[in-house]
Amino acid sequence: MREITFADAVGEALAEEMERDPTIFTYGQGLVKVGGIFGAYKALLGKFPGRVIDTPISEEVIYGSTVGAALVGMRPVAEFMFADFLFVGFQSVALQIQKIRYMSGGQGKLRLVLRGADGVGSSLAAQHSESIETILMNIPGIKVIIPCTPYDMKGLMKTALRSDDPVICFEHKMLYKMKGFVPEEEYLIPFGVADIKRRGNDATVVTMSRMVHESLKAAGELENQGISVEVIDLRTLVPWDRKTVFESVKKTGHLVIAHETWKRAGWGAEIASVVQEKLFDDLDAPILRVGGKNVPMPFSPSLQEYVTPHYDDVVSAVKKVLSK
Amino acid sequence: MEYSKDFLLGLYRMMVRIREFEETGEKLMLGGKLPGSLHQYVGEEAIAVGATANLRNDDYITSTHRGHGHMIAKGANTQKMMAELYGKSTGYCKGKGGSMHMMDLSIGVLGANGIVGGGLPIATGAGLGIKVRGTDQVVVAFFGDGGSNTGAFHESLNFCAIYKLPVIFMVENNKFATTTRVEESTSVENISDRAAGYTIPGFSIDGNDVIEVYETVKEAVKRARAGDGPTLIEAKTYRLKGHFVGDSRAYRTQEEVDKFWPHEPIRRLGKKLRQSGVLSDGEKERIEQETKKEMEEAVKFAEESPLPLPEDALKDLFVDDSGYDY
Repeated sequence: MREITFADAVGEALAEEMERDPTIFTYGQGLVKVGGIFGAYKALLGKFPGRVIDTPISEEVIYGSTVGAALVGMRPVAEFMFADFLFVGFQSVALQIQKIRYMSGGQGKLRLVLRGADGVGSSLAAQHSESIETILMNIPGIKVIIPCTPYDMKGLMKTALRSDDPVICFEHKMLYKMKGFVPEEEYLIPFGVADIKRRGNDATVVTMSRMVHESLKAAGELENQGISVEVIDLRTLVPWDRKTVFESVKKTGHLVIAHETWKRAGWGAEIASVVQEKLFDDLDAPILRVGGKNVPMPFSPSLQEYVTPHYDDVVSAVKKVLSK
Repeated sequence: MEYSKDFLLGLYRMMVRIREFEETGEKLMLGGKLPGSLHQYVGEEAIAVGATANLRNDDYITSTHRGHGHMIAKGANTQKMMAELYGKSTGYCKGKGGSMHMMDLSIGVLGANGIVGGGLPIATGAGLGIKVRGTDQVVVAFFGDGGSNTGAFHESLNFCAIYKLPVIFMVENNKFATTTRVEESTSVENISDRAAGYTIPGFSIDGNDVIEVYETVKEAVKRARAGDGPTLIEAKTYRLKGHFVGDSRAYRTQEEVDKFWPHEPIRRLGKKLRQSGVLSDGEKERIEQETKKEMEEAVKFAEESPLPLPEDALKDLFVDDSGYDY
């Protein structure tokens, strides 16, 4: 069983697809010599001259240029480094990437990928720690993928690199060093197909990214208390896999949604709303959400820990939803 | 430089077509026939026509909210444009974009844009794509004096300069950013002075002289195709109509506007061509009649075209929308 890191899964997917498809090129800061701030491009070091490009710190142009490059037939992959920085150039994302094809009546294919790190964990405070996937989900026009294992990372990134639509990939910065099984042979993971990371019967936890691992830890602890938890990793938020979620909720009758981003109006609220609209009669208790506290991310480790959800929050929520 | 009669008449005819399209649109808007709003290119025709006369079909442009002239000059179909103004299903964007968002990839129009400066990163990306794949196409980014004060402008110039991307930045200084005068909003008298900050060539020219525009852009295109990088060209002109059809006139006097009418580009080229015997009265009349007929047919096509079905609103977001919840 070959194991590689989450970071290397990014680079491996990109290197393989760049071999296959000469229209793919990638750019951002510190890629050519450093391999990216989190080392995701180590597999590209010294390879693909002219197709891995270091850019100035010009976010509006980095993101907006992907539209122009895609419209002339190329497949650009832009690294945003930290998800927080998307706001610096958000005009190019929300007003161009997410709208241009629709506004043109379906002309062209926006084959482009934005990718980079999000998430809390290393005391980088409020401009380098946040997760903003809900906002990208709220605005129609881009596919949102959030892998949480090296296997999912490689398979979803390869699909992104063959997609005819714009894709944004959020990679939790605390996962880059995580190792996991990735086969030598090629595979792709389709969008909109959740992965049941753990099977269970009493309650369903729908989650993504780092919170998948926290939820699995919670499920382990709850098993010792005689509670069987099903952990569903959505893997892609746009589109999200209603079928798998619905089937699980019908089975367990209890739903907890866990994400690191702010609880208030976070994507968990959308999922909870859809589930109660469709499956009200199947629910044995109100749906509960676990999410970050509604403040900007503080710096000091004790403050950061306090506002960030962890496995024990999932444990509490599952017990509460089960009235235990 | 000497130019053939066909070439000169071609420039003249193209400018007349743009003017007629814009004046037709204005009448329709004032007559309550068109939804939304309309930003006219009246008085600025020489810039689009002179610049695009240097381009091949496979070269690219990005355009603005005041973009009808750029579209027509690059070869767009006026029937599909008019239908889009009407919000009809036969329009360029099937009624999803309207006046400010027209696109025609088959002739290299990468889109008009409702965001001031919004086309500049797109033009930069087109230039980057061209450079990475190694073809010799060029991109002309049209934008206004207002656009030259956006962050996107400065980021794009720097970006194109460092990689020597084949992008021509074409500032249409029409003296007004919506209702704010350029001298009140812009730190330089000549916007081309900003080229020095990015060590690229910059020129300020008479944007109402189609030949001067043509010749300046010709050099810039030559440089871009040769891999020598971007150029910033400021074409000075005057916006003879409001920011949009029906805007407040509080920001300028009618006397000021009247002063600029005699210098508008069609009259100027027409006079020159008549003096040199290129344009006879008969020829002028013929061009005007043909153009009038073209726009009448465009209006007829648009009016007779069906509106999109309401549920068509849920099409064209993604190529593959499987699993997507509308």
